Amino acid sequence: MISLNHYLVLSGVLFAIGTAGVFLRRNLITILLSIEIMLNAVNLTFVAVGRYLGTVDGQVITFFVMTVAAAEAAVGLALVIALFRHRETLSPDAFTLLKW
Amino acid sequence: MPAFINPTVVAHLVLIFVVMNMLVLSSAFMVWMERKVCAYIQDRVGPNRVGYEGALQPFADVLKLLFKEELRPKAADAFLFAIAPILSTVAALAAFSVVPFGTETTLFGLLSEPLRLEVADVNVAVLVIFAITSMGVYGIVLAGWSSNSKYSLLGGLRSSAQMISYELSYGLALASVVMLAGSLSLREIVMNQSGYWFHVIPKWYLFLQPLGFLIYLTAGVAETNRAPFDFPEAEQELVAGYHTEYSSMSFGLFFLAEYVNMVTVSAVATSLYLGGWLGPLLPDWLAWVWFMVKVLAILFFYVWMRWTLPRYRYDQLMEFGWKWLLPAAVLNLVATAALVIWLG
Amino acid sequence: MDLNSIGFFVFGAVAVLASLGVIGQRNPMHSVMLLIVSFGALAGLYILLDAPFSAVTQIIIYAGAIMVLFLFVVMLLNAHTEADSVPAILGPRGMQIGALLSILLAGEIVWGLSRLGLTWFGNDPATIANISSVSRIGLAIFTTHAFAFEVTSILILVSMVGAVVIARRGH
Repeated sequence: MISLNHYLVLSGVLFAIGTAGVFLRRNLITILLSIEIMLNAVNLTFVAVGRYLGTVDGQVITFFVMTVAAAEAAVGLALVIALFRHRETLSPDAFTLLKW
Repeated sequence: MPAFINPTVVAHLVLIFVVMNMLVLSSAFMVWMERKVCAYIQDRVGPNRVGYEGALQPFADVLKLLFKEELRPKAADAFLFAIAPILSTVAALAAFSVVPFGTETTLFGLLSEPLRLEVADVNVAVLVIFAITSMGVYGIVLAGWSSNSKYSLLGGLRSSAQMISYELSYGLALASVVMLAGSLSLREIVMNQSGYWFHVIPKWYLFLQPLGFLIYLTAGVAETNRAPFDFPEAEQELVAGYHTEYSSMSFGLFFLAEYVNMVTVSAVATSLYLGGWLGPLLPDWLAWVWFMVKVLAILFFYVWMRWTLPRYRYDQLMEFGWKWLLPAAVLNLVATAALVIWLG
Repeated sequence: MDLNSIGFFVFGAVAVLASLGVIGQRNPMHSVMLLIVSFGALAGLYILLDAPFSAVTQIIIYAGAIMVLFLFVVMLLNAHTEADSVPAILGPRGMQIGALLSILLAGEIVWGLSRLGLTWFGNDPATIANISSVSRIGLAIFTTHAFAFEVTSILILVSMVGAVVIARRGH
């Protein structure tokens, strides 16, 4: 039988994987993908707790989180494009100096 | 008979088998119909050698395709190259699984409980169709990318940009019908269209939403990359398209996917606007005949449009989708909302 | 071992393995495709949690729109395999600490949750019908959370304009 704890553990593991991706990868696009993994893990928590409490608010919040994730992905990718146009590379290590 | 061979389970499996085969056969039928209709529009006869009036022509075509060599360029990505036609086909076939095509039947008393004539009965069917058709974009994008050729890449990008642009108007037209019907389940939407006004005019949503029907069909034609919105495909007459590097059965799978997508769009259009399987004269267990007639009418309209209208240039196509169709769809939604509130 | 449990373990395993693949793959294209698989697995988990609307919206918005955007950017920028890849244990100091911290985070969450007693879901059919009904979600969004809805639409407008302005050539 599956309890709420199972879902929360799964969500925690997914969130940690997303965090590891942000720390370890040196590619701007993969860092953005890891952020999406983290947002998904949070969505799973909301839906699971909403199911436990018997309200519909969990799904409503995930609806808003998905919208915010879409907006953030769009702006993030626009930034990546602008940065790439300047330095021709996707590694965040190329942008360590404050000089443009 | 062992206990688990339940007649209902067997009936479901047979139903799934029948639906799958009907979809593939309808794709073959569409190949034939397209060539015959095209021929008669162009004042000639079309295929008439293979079988009666060329009816076996599609099978001859498939046999020829099967015997061709399966080429693969030293592409960027072998795995993505192989998986792109599979993605297209799976998305196209899966989208039909929630479309109902008849009333419940007990197969003349053989089954203990009535069998619904659809593969899966979900109560968010409209959204499921929308979700699966938006997954179909990936087949095209990956095909363009993995062919490792600049022209394929551009063709794939243009085609997928077109598809996601017209998905917005598609979704808004769907939303207007959902508002009228008050339900996301296709079966309930069809059942809401039963009955007649003045005993003569059927209560189809076509009469309540004429603009919505036009928007839905236009967006559907653009989604399936058919004329007059097929610039990314016709590009290959001039330069190259996303499936140039494909040969033999992979190429065949892309065209199967395109025709099955057309059938799905027509099936959803009949369920939403033309009253699905509802029609006079036929008994309940033959209601799927009416469904087939209506779907064939829309498919004929598709083919007719292709061989009559010139195609849009790509920038005209995108401008039309964003600047004309999308505002029209929003207007339709607002008008429908006002109508629903005013009429209670 | 009923269908619910099997479904949870299968979808959960697919989600975790696909996410590990996302952070492990060298080629960004493969990372994007693996993330789509992970989203599909999450949609399956939402269906097991009696939330069909969330499942379908997940596919439409995440797998059908956001990932297409990522794919476009990866293809247009020709983001080939960079010389980074996930460093193994022999990576530089910062990488080791980062990996250690992530494992610590996961371990902490799992440990904390296992200390509590198991909390079971309710199985009241009326509540389940309440949760999975789309009309209830629509009612909640447009009445109780109407302010958040309006603010979100302004947010989307702002991000649209911002993305176009930032990615434009020249100034």
